[in-house]
Amino acid sequence: MQVRMDHTIPAKGAAVGLFGGAAVDSDVHISVPSVKALLPYLNQYWRQQFLTRGIDRLSWNMTSDPPNAPITARPDRRPTSGRPGSDFSILKEKHLDVFGPSAAIANCIYGGAALHSEDMAAVVCTAVNDWIAAEWLDRDPRLRASIVVPLNNADLAAEEIERRAGDPRFVQVLMLAMGEQPLGKRAHWPIYAAANRHGLPIGVHAGSLYQHPALAGGYGSYFLEDYVAQAFGFESCVLSLVSEGVFAKFPDLKFVFMESGVTWLPAALWRFDKTWRGVRAEVPWVKVPPSQIVRDHIRLTLQPFDEPEGAGRLERFCEQMKSDEMVLFSTDFPHWHFEGEAALPISASSPLARKILWDNPRGTYPRLNALSPEIAA
Amino acid sequence: MSKSRFVVAKTGDVAPGTSLRVNAGGRDIALFNVSGEFFALGDRCPHESGSLCAGKIVGFAEADEPGKYRLVRDGEFVRCPWHGWEFDIRTGKSWCDPEKSRVRAYQTGVAAGSDLVEGPYVAETFKVSVEENYVVIEI
Amino acid sequence: MSIDVLEPQERRKSGGALQGLGVVDCDIHPQFSTPGEILEFLPERWRDYVRTYGGFYRQPLADTLSHPRMAPDVARADSWPPSGAPPGGDLAFMQKQHLDANNVEHGMLMPLNRGPGNQRNLEYGAALATAVNDWQIACWVERDPRLHASIVCTQEHTPFALAEIERCAPDKRFSQIMLPPKSLEPLGRRRYWPIFEAAQAFNLPIALHVGGINGYPPTGSGWPSYYIEEQHTNVQGMQGLITSMVIEGVFEQFPKLRMVLVEGGIAWAPPLKWRLDKHWKRLKSEAPHLKRLPSEYIRDHIWFTTQPLDEPPEDSDLLETFEQVGLDRIMFSTDYPHWDFDEPSFVAAKLRIGPEKLRAIMSGNARELYGLS
Ligand code: FES
Repeated sequence: MQVRMDHTIPAKGAAVGLFGGAAVDSDVHISVPSVKALLPYLNQYWRQQFLTRGIDRLSWNMTSDPPNAPITARPDRRPTSGRPGSDFSILKEKHLDVFGPSAAIANCIYGGAALHSEDMAAVVCTAVNDWIAAEWLDRDPRLRASIVVPLNNADLAAEEIERRAGDPRFVQVLMLAMGEQPLGKRAHWPIYAAANRHGLPIGVHAGSLYQHPALAGGYGSYFLEDYVAQAFGFESCVLSLVSEGVFAKFPDLKFVFMESGVTWLPAALWRFDKTWRGVRAEVPWVKVPPSQIVRDHIRLTLQPFDEPEGAGRLERFCEQMKSDEMVLFSTDFPHWHFEGEAALPISASSPLARKILWDNPRGTYPRLNALSPEIAA
Repeated sequence: MSKSRFVVAKTGDVAPGTSLRVNAGGRDIALFNVSGEFFALGDRCPHESGSLCAGKIVGFAEADEPGKYRLVRDGEFVRCPWHGWEFDIRTGKSWCDPEKSRVRAYQTGVAAGSDLVEGPYVAETFKVSVEENYVVIEI
Repeated sequence: MSIDVLEPQERRKSGGALQGLGVVDCDIHPQFSTPGEILEFLPERWRDYVRTYGGFYRQPLADTLSHPRMAPDVARADSWPPSGAPPGGDLAFMQKQHLDANNVEHGMLMPLNRGPGNQRNLEYGAALATAVNDWQIACWVERDPRLHASIVCTQEHTPFALAEIERCAPDKRFSQIMLPPKSLEPLGRRRYWPIFEAAQAFNLPIALHVGGINGYPPTGSGWPSYYIEEQHTNVQGMQGLITSMVIEGVFEQFPKLRMVLVEGGIAWAPPLKWRLDKHWKRLKSEAPHLKRLPSEYIRDHIWFTTQPLDEPPEDSDLLETFEQVGLDRIMFSTDYPHWDFDEPSFVAAKLRIGPEKLRAIMSGNARELYGLS
């Protein structure tokens, strides 16, 4: 594809922001409205395959992301028709213009990445990324995006990263919390090597390929169970990434957990540190307590933040993690986790809020460094 | 406070690569023989007080990168019999938390029975015989 | 050279916070003294079956788990009895090393032996469950009345399970029903409700001890490589179990049901309650059968055991966590003779609470739940 190398950062004054200062929204959702929308981005062979097989008429909604569930879109952000997140004007007018972030990272969770045909999945991902660049990034200078990659073939995923890495508006690689193999497994390392080469964090979003049930006891009856279980999936990611030595192998790599719920992490690490003390000889490349590795390498986007309302858990999280650098502001637009504009559970003028809104995302995404705080001034 | 020296074992009581619990001055002490050198640690794990004497004597597992395993200093660590914390027999330091979790390490020495008979030693449980060598701990 | 095991009681300089308090240990693992011991309790047909085919599980290895443990028999290195029996396989040694030394007034047996509930041959599973139940009584409870048996059964075949529960429940030497948390479907599913109905009718708690084999990987993204990960999946397993039980509406249907989670840890429970409440509020329309907040069902119906004790860097975080769960829902356990055993005085020292609350956790809550003297 043709990469726009002349990309410039947002014009002055683009973002004053709801929070009275510069901000990055690290997780907003955009959505491919239909398979048909991807046809212009396919080559002749694939376009014909899609048309003759009726693939263009299929829905590639994901089981872990049902479009009509109340959680998937707040009523005021739901388009009158089509998938939530598929309408640019809603994102712009109801969200970007209201919250006024200097940058918002768009994540496209799409079933096409989960196809069993590794080639078709890869082709769809390439098409989705072209579509993101043309139909979203080109339309609003505040938007950034995650690179969508095929989740069943790490080599093809790495190729897609190489193809996209020249476009600075793609700021991370997108994976799901629950795939076929735990995220730390060496099978995934070609993805991490490619991301590492280009200074791209790995964004791990809630979601499942359903190669395995979300509950270890098997398949439950309700979407609610599986949604709650996303946090367990992330907990497994922590265990796997650290134990497999991903950060020993790629010391500069960062992972961003998106839509994880956040508050489960401290207790998970108490336990992980404890176990490590006794059994670390099994994984001798883990040389410091896992909590320290997590503090250095894993970030979490804010929404949804699991706490009883007003319970002060965000401050407690930072105390318990001994770090105020781990949480990145996000709204999870258009998902329905908060009312009105109450996306931040602490005062916007607090020092912690400045870290979460601006410093932490900038410290996480090297490609956001082109943004300067003056933009918001 | 002046230190006392206790005769705690005959050198032959603790074969190389093994440990023995001894008592000196009312304290439980784990005595280790690492290839002929003797080391004495408090026999009480700082975690939940497992007896280090019952722990396996092991080497230290290292890796420069994932999948590249290597064992070093074989026989110089003891794994607590309960939760497996590893202690450096030479220093009493726990590898995972050397600052906060360590056991007391005591000075040890070997002395000939003939010397002991005259020296300032406390031999609580031993009849010292001039023909043998003894492990002596300073407390 | 033989190492003479020094008993914990002797090691303690003082009783510490415990001050000689007796404890109820909610997790003790009895083991067969020899592999053949259980055969005496099986009918001839199943003795033959075991000799010819062994167990039959949903996993690649026939005789052992696929994540080798960090210690032989998952046991404390000092728990091998001099008699040559395996850890947990010699009552006299268990009495000396644990029951007497740690002042255990009541101990709940958690037989994990051969996993009757996870046997693919259901009839063998049922026969094995009966054998394990009879063995607990004959070899353990009859010989030491401090010990209490748990009714094991094959949850995958409802009539077999109900028959075994009905056979054992009237015998007061059984204090609870024990199910493997890894069943073929999440335990909250309706196929298991008759078992809950029976538990409620007999007023027996249901104990869920971590582990089991159901063919599914323990994480939503497949099999982890290492024991350090697999050990931790006890947590995700328990989280999933609670999620299933609560959201499927088990506690709405069986308002007197009481469940005990054994060896799954505790600190994860408050964040899970927050998560369940928050997202249930949004997705209520999918589970309208729930009349109360998920956290309220957990508060009322679920008991937790302490081992392996969560060890946050600050002890005060442990207490905060326990208080969020409810101090009346937490019961002491050791997991004897396993390697991650917790010592009573250690737990007491970490908790830093007054004597009354400490007594509740170390023994009172369990006495009340199980109706012990
Ligand atoms: S008692 Fe030694 S490691 Fe826990």
